[in-house]
Amino acid sequence: MTNSGAPTRPDPVARSGLPATRLLEIYRLMALARALDERAWILNRSGRVHFVISGQGHEGAEAGICAALTPGRDWLLPYYRSMAAVLAFGMTPREVMLLQFGKADDPGSGGRQMPSHYGGAAYRIFTGSSPVGTQVLHAAGIALASKLRGEAQVTTVMMGEGASNQGDVHEALNFAGIHRLPMVLLIENNGYAISVPAEKEIAVRDLAVRAAGYNMPGVIVDGTDVLGCYLAMRDAVARALAGAGPTFIEAKVTRLTGHSSDDQQTKYRTPDDLEAGRGLDPLPAFRDELRAAGLLDAAAEAAIAADVRGQVDDATDFAEAAADPDPATLLRHVYAEPDASGTVPPRPGGGPA
Amino acid sequence: MAVRTFIEAIREGLRDEMRRDAAVIVLGEDVGKKGGVFFATDGLWAEFGDDRVIDTPLTESMIAGVSVGAAANGLRPVAEIQFADFIFPAMNQIIAEAARIRYRSNGTFGCPITIRAPFGAGVHGALYHSQSVEAFFAHVPGLKVVIPSTPYDAKGLLRSAIRDPDPVIFLEHKKLYRSVRGEVPEGEYTVPLGRATVTREGSRVTLVTYGLMVHHALDAAGRVAGEGIETEVVDLRTIRPLDAATVLASVRKTGKCLVVHEDNRFGGFGAEVAALVAEEAFDYLDGPVARLAAPESPAAPYADSLEEAFLITPEKIAAAIRTLAAY
Repeated sequence: MTNSGAPTRPDPVARSGLPATRLLEIYRLMALARALDERAWILNRSGRVHFVISGQGHEGAEAGICAALTPGRDWLLPYYRSMAAVLAFGMTPREVMLLQFGKADDPGSGGRQMPSHYGGAAYRIFTGSSPVGTQVLHAAGIALASKLRGEAQVTTVMMGEGASNQGDVHEALNFAGIHRLPMVLLIENNGYAISVPAEKEIAVRDLAVRAAGYNMPGVIVDGTDVLGCYLAMRDAVARALAGAGPTFIEAKVTRLTGHSSDDQQTKYRTPDDLEAGRGLDPLPAFRDELRAAGLLDAAAEAAIAADVRGQVDDATDFAEAAADPDPATLLRHVYAEPDASGTVPPRPGGGPA
Repeated sequence: MAVRTFIEAIREGLRDEMRRDAAVIVLGEDVGKKGGVFFATDGLWAEFGDDRVIDTPLTESMIAGVSVGAAANGLRPVAEIQFADFIFPAMNQIIAEAARIRYRSNGTFGCPITIRAPFGAGVHGALYHSQSVEAFFAHVPGLKVVIPSTPYDAKGLLRSAIRDPDPVIFLEHKKLYRSVRGEVPEGEYTVPLGRATVTREGSRVTLVTYGLMVHHALDAAGRVAGEGIETEVVDLRTIRPLDAATVLASVRKTGKCLVVHEDNRFGGFGAEVAALVAEEAFDYLDGPVARLAAPESPAAPYADSLEEAFLITPEKIAAAIRTLAAY
């Protein structure tokens, strides 16, 4: 599906059941994620941040998936391409930039983690690491707790197709399948594990076929079809909340940038491959779909662009001027800290307060 | 006061904590109907059911990783790794995940999990049912490592571990399970993490150890006492955090320090104790800090003759005490 494909889709409001205002919010979220990501690269290339790892090309799948979730109720276990997802769960552009700059007020880690290693207890976004695939076991544990408490709560875990080959993913999906956990796994398949192409990392064409081995539905969605992603996730959420168990969703997406700011993808991808990848950009695809449906006119588009630009500028300036972590805090939070009375406060579960 | 075996004390500790706190769950291989291969969880499934006593697939990384997630969402998981030798598939989840949840989230998430594992040699368990693994975990900031030696401590420390807000590796020497009995109170009590205890007082040599080796050390101390060598035995009980004050106070009194463990010697926990003593009590020493540890084979071999050659015995400890005392 390319940009010109949008008119072939039916009316987005009728198809999704979402009001036009909600559809515009989804578009605004995607545009904001893209603009923040692009700004991070500029900051990196101008020497102001050490590292960038990007979600460009993945925004459509993430925004569509998250539109079916309920932030505040549901849990998210993102990965380093999940800019759009964490924004959908409530993280602000300022918070994203505080993490990008490694500042003290970064809500996820206080400047301890590399950029895009998201976390946010206030948003039920669980803290993640760099070894890929580990988070799917945490998702299963979170979902197990929801199930044992009888709490209506869906846990969504995101990762790339490269991570999907890890043993932890097999162990987690098997456990989730056995216990019918209220969980959704989103694999964002961009065809590359850094430089290794899909044909050298995956023995099958579609990862979703693996779902059969875990007794759960395996669904393939087109990452340029935001509302197709939403509809698949709406079904998955209904299944989870009904006690019918987990769902495996594979979104075919494109990676528009190198793996990270330390990667040059022209070294291992052909010009034709890169050109084809740019044709799968979900942002213009969704914009064209909204335009074709008459939901987005030039004035509205310009207003969104101006709003996004303002938020990105504000977030950049705010985060760049924010305080660095105090070196005296290096050894804080290795273990739970006693409160003023000298006792360690009880934090059952240690989850969001 | 009731007399209990070590394994009975563990079982009671689990049961009492599950009764006290509905958030406590047990998960691991064969922990349900079977009650665990050593019966540490015997009876728990009948009392608490499928939801709170979870038989898992043979997936150690899952056992650790699901515990991390369940803890983030309000549960207090107590995971059993069937043998410490099988914990290595879970190392990434324990070291890169569990131990760092609090640090990497700047204190906004915690990881209150307990991972129990039987360890140690002397039961014909060979290379993969005998290993001591404590040094790997003691190295990791963010973890606590507990190794009890008596039924009283086993129950009291297990309760503290389960209530602790941070991840605890709880290692049980399997040879203690049925060979050691002791008094255990019926009611509420805990033993704090991070506190050593002086099990036998002495003036000539300080012997620092933990787990099964405490019993061998006491045996050895009795043997050399008749020769005029009074040995003070320090049972660490928790190796991380290490109770440095108790170790140093004893060494400052005796002037000599022997560390004994069944884990192998090179890079073992004894090296940490030796370095502590050298750095903090050098002026009090009148002999080298000595270590007695398992030989540098990867683990205990199977054949009786080989296993016996591997094991730390009271005789070997007594010989090490005599050598050190002669300085």
